[in-house]
Amino acid sequence: MAAESTRVGAPFALPEAGAGTDRRFLNEVLRASATSPGLEACIQCGTCGGSCPSGSAMEHTPRALFALVRAGMRDEALKSNTPWMCLSCYFCTVRCPMGIRIPDVMYGIKSIAVREGVAPERTGADFSNVFVGNIHRFGRSYEMGLVARHYLRHYPLRLPGLTGMGLSMVSHSRMGFMPHRIKRVQGLRAVLDKAGELEREAAAE
Amino acid sequence: MTDYLYYPGCSLEGSARAYSASLKAIVAPLGIDLHEIDDWNCCGATEYLTLSPLRGHSLIARNLALAEAQRNGSSTLVAPCSACYVNLSKTDHYFRESADFSDLVNKALAADHLHYDGGSVRVRHLLEVLVDDIGVDEIASHVKKPLKGLRVAPYLGCLVSRPDLDRRWDDHEQPHALDRLLAALGAEVVDYPMRTACCGGHMTQINPETAWQLIRRIVDGADQAHADVMATVCPMCQMNVDAYQGEMDRHYKARYRVPILFFTQLMGLAFGMKPKALGIGTEVVSPAAALARIGVEVPVPEETAEPAGAAHEKRQKRPQGLPMPQPLEDKR
Repeated sequence: MAAESTRVGAPFALPEAGAGTDRRFLNEVLRASATSPGLEACIQCGTCGGSCPSGSAMEHTPRALFALVRAGMRDEALKSNTPWMCLSCYFCTVRCPMGIRIPDVMYGIKSIAVREGVAPERTGADFSNVFVGNIHRFGRSYEMGLVARHYLRHYPLRLPGLTGMGLSMVSHSRMGFMPHRIKRVQGLRAVLDKAGELEREAAAE
Repeated sequence: MTDYLYYPGCSLEGSARAYSASLKAIVAPLGIDLHEIDDWNCCGATEYLTLSPLRGHSLIARNLALAEAQRNGSSTLVAPCSACYVNLSKTDHYFRESADFSDLVNKALAADHLHYDGGSVRVRHLLEVLVDDIGVDEIASHVKKPLKGLRVAPYLGCLVSRPDLDRRWDDHEQPHALDRLLAALGAEVVDYPMRTACCGGHMTQINPETAWQLIRRIVDGADQAHADVMATVCPMCQMNVDAYQGEMDRHYKARYRVPILFFTQLMGLAFGMKPKALGIGTEVVSPAAALARIGVEVPVPEETAEPAGAAHEKRQKRPQGLPMPQPLEDKR
């Protein structure tokens, strides 16, 4: 029932007066997203959804998602595909009358969903994981390793159709077989590990 | 010569080698000296921020810290990739804006004896440097072979004029900086309202249906304006429009063939440089027919060569008009 009521286009059921005072999830999202002002400033005008080029693929419009966060509806918000369909194109951000940097809010919500293992978009989370894994190994992105692994796992059926494009990329040296490793990759890993530690501490507060 | 710190980004050493070759070719005559930051790392695109915002920002900040330590005559950091540019400039902005953010990220950087002070480098996109510091008039004065008669769609993409946290752009949705630069090269700049539409970024990898919709809007806009070629300032845009145009075509049973070149490649051609030195000929959608219009021969023989102008007559079928938002129920 609750899921139905917050769908795009359906009448949005606002929580009853007093019920929206559970700010714990809102604060959690605020801590996870480095943006000021944060979601507490949202006036629910809907400009973000109206500006969004990938809005048609979203289960909730950004405005509806933010209403879920502020109503403390944690499960619904974390399981929504909306942040995963965000392109980080910042159309919403330059139009938001409150100046909220919406993609940063989306990163915050996604990171909580990933940490708790409830991310609805396996493909998106897997792609990020493989990409980030390469950064840990090499300090650089590794296009060939990334696409090979990702397509074999998630899009094997697209591969035949993409052979021509792949060959063109390889024959024009646009896709290297060998990754480049930075010199101080150990130092980079130390920085990232420390940041992870600080992030876990902040989340536990 | 003017010195700049330079952050190439991973794409320029891989899929966007042509961007790297062409920008290096055109900056020399313009008096720009690029000093690549030693031991820079990947900016993480949106992937690291998605999994862990603090680690993502620390990854980006390591580059800023290296740049600060390697300042030498210039504190302007130039990034040619729009995604790297937005990550670097946004993180620098957050350093200046929030002491809490700055302290936290510096604690992480200290694990490798690094430190960054917000604002100690000024992050700018290559296009900004060329248009603002060098100037369109100066660029025009280097043109030896004007691109006369070449119809170009100025495709800026999202991440140069947005989010623009430092308020350097007067228009976030229809800016004309790239138009002015291309016009200075003698090109015929077509009216192209999709100039800052999104190419989909990583959507080709995680939700192809959405990616094809977005790529189609961009390509269709250029095709409707009868552009011979699109000009881009971003490796990701080039990749999506060039490499995935064929897959998008098959999905919609359409026959678009709009080539896309980096704006630096068009600058090089106008400066009278050889196509091969500019990485021209490495595209998936060949620009051979388009460039033949201005008497430029593309080095590599292309099996799919067909006149770009013929795309209109030859396209067999458009199953529908422009992709429009569809009700969610259809998909479930």
